[in-house]
Amino acid sequence: MEESVVSQPDVALAEYERIVGSEVIEQLFQLAKPLRGKRIVHVNSTRTGGGVAEILTKMVPFTRALGIDASWEVIAGRNEFYQCTKSFHNALQGNHVTIPTAQLKVFEEVNAINAELLRPVLNDADVVIIHDPQPAPLITQFPNRRGRWIWRCHIDVSKPYRHVWQYLRVFISKYDASVFSLAAFAQPMPHPVCLIAPSIDPLSAKNAELSAEEINGIHRQLGLDPARRTILQVSRFDRFKDPVGVVEAYRLAKRFAPDLQLILAGGGATDDPEGAAVLNEVHTAAAEDPDIHVLELPADAHRTINALQRTADIVLQKSTREGFGLTVTEALWKGKPVIGGNTGGIRLQVIDHHTGFLVNTPEGAAHRIRYLLHHRDKAEEMGRKGREFVRVNFLLTRHLCDYLSLILLLESGDSNRVELRRIA
Amino acid sequence: MEPNENQQPFLFRDCVLSAFSTGLRAQNIRELRDKLTVVSADSIYYHFWGSRLATRFEHPEYHNDFAGWVHHSLHDHILGERLGIIDPTDFEDLERLRHELVEIIEQRLDEVETVAWSKPDDQFQFVRSRIIVFDTPHHISHPSELPQVLPTLSLSSVFYHFIDARMRLPESTDDFRAWLHGYGEEFRELMDMLANLDPYFLPLLELRQTLVAKTTAFFESHSLVTV
Repeated sequence: MEESVVSQPDVALAEYERIVGSEVIEQLFQLAKPLRGKRIVHVNSTRTGGGVAEILTKMVPFTRALGIDASWEVIAGRNEFYQCTKSFHNALQGNHVTIPTAQLKVFEEVNAINAELLRPVLNDADVVIIHDPQPAPLITQFPNRRGRWIWRCHIDVSKPYRHVWQYLRVFISKYDASVFSLAAFAQPMPHPVCLIAPSIDPLSAKNAELSAEEINGIHRQLGLDPARRTILQVSRFDRFKDPVGVVEAYRLAKRFAPDLQLILAGGGATDDPEGAAVLNEVHTAAAEDPDIHVLELPADAHRTINALQRTADIVLQKSTREGFGLTVTEALWKGKPVIGGNTGGIRLQVIDHHTGFLVNTPEGAAHRIRYLLHHRDKAEEMGRKGREFVRVNFLLTRHLCDYLSLILLLESGDSNRVELRRIA
Repeated sequence: MEPNENQQPFLFRDCVLSAFSTGLRAQNIRELRDKLTVVSADSIYYHFWGSRLATRFEHPEYHNDFAGWVHHSLHDHILGERLGIIDPTDFEDLERLRHELVEIIEQRLDEVETVAWSKPDDQFQFVRSRIIVFDTPHHISHPSELPQVLPTLSLSSVFYHFIDARMRLPESTDDFRAWLHGYGEEFRELMDMLANLDPYFLPLLELRQTLVAKTTAFFESHSLVTV
């Protein structure tokens, strides 16, 4: 992937320039100039699947196209390692989790082994960006590191389980800086804590333009009627996403819009006991209503999700607790008004009465659904504003701009104002 | 009107603002007062000026984040109004501005018997910012070129020249008026038009459109537009 873009840098950049405008690309080149020739290495724990891998797949070649020597390394571990890091993930989101000492030992051993494999690359790097907790202890294996090391947290750690956080904090505090997605997620650190919101890639399978033919084909395949008015929620079957509340809101609204159909699209829940229970509750709430479509989609059904979002009239994300909520970003990017729960990162994206509505109850959601079904012009205006909002704030280009800025600031000492002069 | 040969060209610059957590939070106005006394001045800059770079969809009701939070999250409309009217350019530096904020909050604390609390997930998060300023390819050698270049500027460039400048320059002027001043009285009318543009009431997109409209109207009326 990296190589193909490096050999044809203009192809990718031209595509992004078409979407974000030449001034944004110009900004990126200006910020990248002082960093040309520097080595930036990203490290995470998976090459495919998940939001981090999705972003790095595009961000690394994009960075290289700006003249920076960026690369991406992935650490590998055995089963106990992933059990341990899965527990970390749950604990950082607030679940009380007990992690056996033996698993923590494996966690540290795997990092030590990976450190030896990556030593030549990481020793020479000017900047190392470590993503999430899995590779966090790598830093302890590089006491004579040359470059600056940044820890990037993609998880909602606003209320972490303290025992686990205290354990991880020992590693993280050794970094030169850390990055959290929202101010509410940030934890006190002895180094600069930068706030960088997540992003979506407008050219990925989940967000790229689709032909009408492909969208219709996907609808046929799923047995949906694209001619009918549709409300959609895309999310895991998780109580915090309140899918049962969405069904309630749909029922209240349907009395005034008999043709309305509801699509609840989420990942399969077979390996998640609580997810399976929530899915059962959803089926019970749906009570075999033929206009409620509960879709269990595989993790890689990106084009299907894309098609569903593009044909929905209104997208809901009626969460009662939410990290950032990239499904909201995706829907806004597709020009859809979003009715979102008044919580977490949804509040940063759903600007009440502008890009959608914030709600607190199924009744509130039903009221807004009826409003938007009735006021089509308002729904379209919100859709236009939402797309522009995402274009400016939540695309990959802004994300990269923030990383480059952070690196420049780390190299510039403590000054709160850094002046870069034009380099020919 | 002939170009002033002694006048330097106007070099358009751009900026990005990086936000950093201070780790300080407030859930009521007493905490807000206490944290304001210790937070770095960069944070006061951010909550008055920096957040103007964020996308806005409406004419802002409050011109700083403190007033907005007090109004929307604590529902203390009286304090919201008092904080909202503060013009940061009235103060010589951020320390004096900090002092004013603390004074106003203390006055309100004297008035109320109990303080309102925000929801735990709606606390005021003190953020500080650092700014990186860099050149753009755009420059003009005469004011009549402004109407052509202004529409091509990024919103952050508009922020830098028209809003951030009020912090950098004496008498809270902006970069455009400071440059036009070098032409003496020649562009006084345009400078007055720009002075009458209140940046607090305009989102950046609208501010750029208004700057384009004002400069275009001026040069058309003086038949000076560069084609």
